[in-house]
Amino acid sequence: MRFERREHRPAALVIATPLIAVVAALAVSGILIALAGAPVFEAYWKILVGAFGSKLSITETLTRATPLILTGLAAAVAFRAKLWNIGAEGQFYLGAIATAAVGARITEGMAPIIQIPILLAAGAVAGMVLLLLPLWLRLKFSVDEVVTTLLLNFVAILFVSMLVDTVLKDPMAFGWPQSEAVERAARLPKLIDRSRLHIGLLIAVAIAFAVHFVQSRTTFGMRARAAGLNPRGAVFAGVPLARTLVLVAMLSGGLAGLAGSIEVLGVKGYVTTDLSPGYGYSGIVVAMLANLHPLGVVLAALFTAVMFVGADGMSRSLGIPTYIADVTVALSLISMLVAVFFTQYRVRR
Amino acid sequence: MVHQHFSLAPNLTVLENVMTGTESLWKLASDSRAGRQKLEAISKRFGLAVDPEARVGDLSVGEQQRVEILKALYNDAHILVLDEPTAVLTGPEAEKLFSTLKEMAAQGLSLIFISHKLDEVMATADRVVVLRGGRQVAERKASETSKAELAELMVGRKVERPVREAATPGPVVLEAVGVTVRVDGVDRLKAVDFTLHAGEVLGIIGVSGNGQSVLAGLLSGTAKRSAGDLVVFGKGVGDLSVADAIALGIGRVPEDRNGEGAIGEMAIWENAVLERIADYSNNGFVDRNRAVSFADSIIEAFDVRGGTPSSRTRLLSGGNMQKLILGRNLIENPKILLAAQPARGLDEGAVAAVHERILAARRAGTAVLLISEDLDEVMALADRIQAIVGGSLSPPVAAEDANAQKLGLMMAGEWTENADAV
Amino acid sequence: MNTIVDILASAGLWGAVLRIATPLILGTLGAVLCERSGVLNLGIEGIMTFGAMVGWLAVFNGADLWTGLLVAALGGAVFGALHALLTVTLGLSQHVSGLGVTLFASSFAYYVFRLLVPVSGSPPTIEPFQPISIPGLSDLPFIGPAFFTQTAPTYMAIALAILLAYILAKTPLGLAVRMAGENPHAAEAQGVNPMVMRYGAVIVGSALMGVGGAFLTLSAFNSFFPTMVQGRGWICIALVVFASWRPERALFGALLFAFSMASSCVFRPRLMAPCLIRYS
Repeated sequence: MRFERREHRPAALVIATPLIAVVAALAVSGILIALAGAPVFEAYWKILVGAFGSKLSITETLTRATPLILTGLAAAVAFRAKLWNIGAEGQFYLGAIATAAVGARITEGMAPIIQIPILLAAGAVAGMVLLLLPLWLRLKFSVDEVVTTLLLNFVAILFVSMLVDTVLKDPMAFGWPQSEAVERAARLPKLIDRSRLHIGLLIAVAIAFAVHFVQSRTTFGMRARAAGLNPRGAVFAGVPLARTLVLVAMLSGGLAGLAGSIEVLGVKGYVTTDLSPGYGYSGIVVAMLANLHPLGVVLAALFTAVMFVGADGMSRSLGIPTYIADVTVALSLISMLVAVFFTQYRVRR
Repeated sequence: MVHQHFSLAPNLTVLENVMTGTESLWKLASDSRAGRQKLEAISKRFGLAVDPEARVGDLSVGEQQRVEILKALYNDAHILVLDEPTAVLTGPEAEKLFSTLKEMAAQGLSLIFISHKLDEVMATADRVVVLRGGRQVAERKASETSKAELAELMVGRKVERPVREAATPGPVVLEAVGVTVRVDGVDRLKAVDFTLHAGEVLGIIGVSGNGQSVLAGLLSGTAKRSAGDLVVFGKGVGDLSVADAIALGIGRVPEDRNGEGAIGEMAIWENAVLERIADYSNNGFVDRNRAVSFADSIIEAFDVRGGTPSSRTRLLSGGNMQKLILGRNLIENPKILLAAQPARGLDEGAVAAVHERILAARRAGTAVLLISEDLDEVMALADRIQAIVGGSLSPPVAAEDANAQKLGLMMAGEWTENADAV
Repeated sequence: MNTIVDILASAGLWGAVLRIATPLILGTLGAVLCERSGVLNLGIEGIMTFGAMVGWLAVFNGADLWTGLLVAALGGAVFGALHALLTVTLGLSQHVSGLGVTLFASSFAYYVFRLLVPVSGSPPTIEPFQPISIPGLSDLPFIGPAFFTQTAPTYMAIALAILLAYILAKTPLGLAVRMAGENPHAAEAQGVNPMVMRYGAVIVGSALMGVGGAFLTLSAFNSFFPTMVQGRGWICIALVVFASWRPERALFGALLFAFSMASSCVFRPRLMAPCLIRYS
């Protein structure tokens, strides 16, 4: 048995791939649910109800989807240019802490219309910086960025945990390690009263469209795609490889940092070391499920958020651990990898 | 079998490279002492000195080749096949290799020595078999043949000049003066000189792997010189960048269509405009309409079949992809056209179409540098011919004066007394 | 200054160093083996988590401690086989596949754990490995309590490091694994099937990672809780580079790292540095 590259790749198959992957993941998770002695279809129905069953649950799902859209985009733009940014988690935290620090120490008291953009920019820049370092190491010394970005996650989170326990520690937090808060006026406005849903969702979706536009309509987007698809061919066609990768890294790291910033300004107002339940890593799943397409990222982020939020409700009524959501999301990444493989190759005997 | 490209693990020692796979995997300890003794015995017997404990990556190319040969001998090979073994060696290293080979033959081993360099063959072989187009065409005893006869056999037929109008060469547009290109410590081009006139085709013939890709890279803007100069339109340009090459009006057809010439997963229109994307964008935004109509005009003018501007380029056949690449260059009426192996792997119809385009460009005054290993192609297109062997260029000969024997000798690196400058 | 000297001279610190180092040694050995065969295994974090859970679960359900380690090894091997299937057979991106394995293995571990061990006030515990005093050596002043009163898996980890160093450097099998990693084509030309070598190395390496995780629940602690691996897998990936892919240096690197962890926890009040590993 061997694998042979497909010449023609039917468009329908490409679009169906994520659906097939998700169905496969749900099927395997279904087996796990059944082994736990719970009715499978009822469990999935309860997940849907948990995610969409009430106004509150819908706003909760969308609130969860917001950072996932941004970290998903961060992974998608980087992976498209074959820049393996596994560091969105660290960039998220660094963006979050930069926003909290600037908000609490520098911009406090400024008019929101000025302050909010500054805080968002601070988060984005912090994320960029954290990705530019590994890119520099790659361009200068050919150090594999997978390992460096992955380990910088660790460094960033430790750095943040040090700050929230020391210089940025909120004295009013009863000794809990959490950062000082950004003032209320500088938080992102709510979309719906008495919910957690904030305009960060609209920002994230708008950015997804903007990234799609940049990728499909600008010279930078075309060059970044060429650099990812065939670096030798890109160089032959005069694409400045290093400069393109630097721009890609700024975009990717900036998006992940922005995700952290928006999470601070939209939801919590301050930073703790459990601000992200792995948004950076889930962003990689989201990007892969979306086949690295920016608009697909929005849908994939929604799917992931539905699983996470819906599993909470399902867990309460059926007694299935909420971790089934993580299992399904992880399985959909693996099945997506395999499914994409089989859209590109066929089996020959 | 000793391949032209080594199959060694640079981070392992010589002994480890040699001993891989020679013992049962389940032995509790590798008998490296016996291995070293055997290796040293073989080294001594055939004069192949290498330090068994040296890291292969630290060895010179000549020493690495010795390791390849030792690997075969260590496995008690009786027949050794060497594929272009001297391609990567320096002169003294090659001399050393020949004496080793003779020693091996004297000790009863059978050697098959694959080479296109006639003096090497004459110096080492007892019998010579000539292969052409996958067929065995002749077998001679080395003592009963001559380089001249072998050269003729290699080329194989009367070389006929096809009917086409005479060139009317214009002024010199491109000149290489003593250009050397060093890649990873090896001189891939050695002080080459050539001149290229407007309205002529200069053919560079040679067996592949003799520096053609670096020569093409030099004009494409992807390879950097280490000595010498390029003179374009009378001005020294030093190192060309890709952008410089395009700005100077150098059309570039690379030898590797899929690896360099086109990005298969991108649309045809994108591949049509990528190298001059600045001309098809406004303030950083791609002017898709103009780009697509440019691609349409190439498809129309160069008869590219099998796709619309928005289909993926990988779906095109080799010939149509090549027409696209030729088209995006020729439609801009370049002053200079670099065509590296332009018809390689194409079917007859596509070959004819590509050749017709190149001749049309020549008629229109374009200076064409044609790099090819296909003698028929060079004879069909070129006005003057130079051979590339081991990174050096022979002096040019006029196509009318070329014959099988002369070209065969040139490709075999025998030109000092045979070729006369034009 | 005196306090610092006192701490450095305390056998407790050095005992903690070995204890902290053990899972890192095992994980790094596993990662070294995978990478030497040419496969980057970012599944390590999840595989260690799964090993920690499944080893503990086996013992909780009545198996003895050594069987628990064996179960953890088998659990690791299964995820290793999955990673090998994805990267060696299908040739998928090693990075993304490895992350997928990590996400799957850890979430699967949490799921199974929560399913079988419902939430309760205090987490259920097992009777972990007890320190073994090596007769004679453990009675030595300072050195004895520091280095020769560890639990059995710690001695085993050190022995495994030496064994793996020997196998890779001195046996035909080790050479074949290295050749598969360095130049699969050359390996194939010399009659060594690089696919088989990679499958074997990834499966065995992942088994080691699983055992490394199980050390946490069967020796360092006596219970399992989610996120307990706390990035130790990623530390191992870094230690592989630090050790330049050599098992003997991995042992040294893990000890060095563990020393800095142990001392940062001891000095914590003075340095305000985060105490990464919350036991010592």
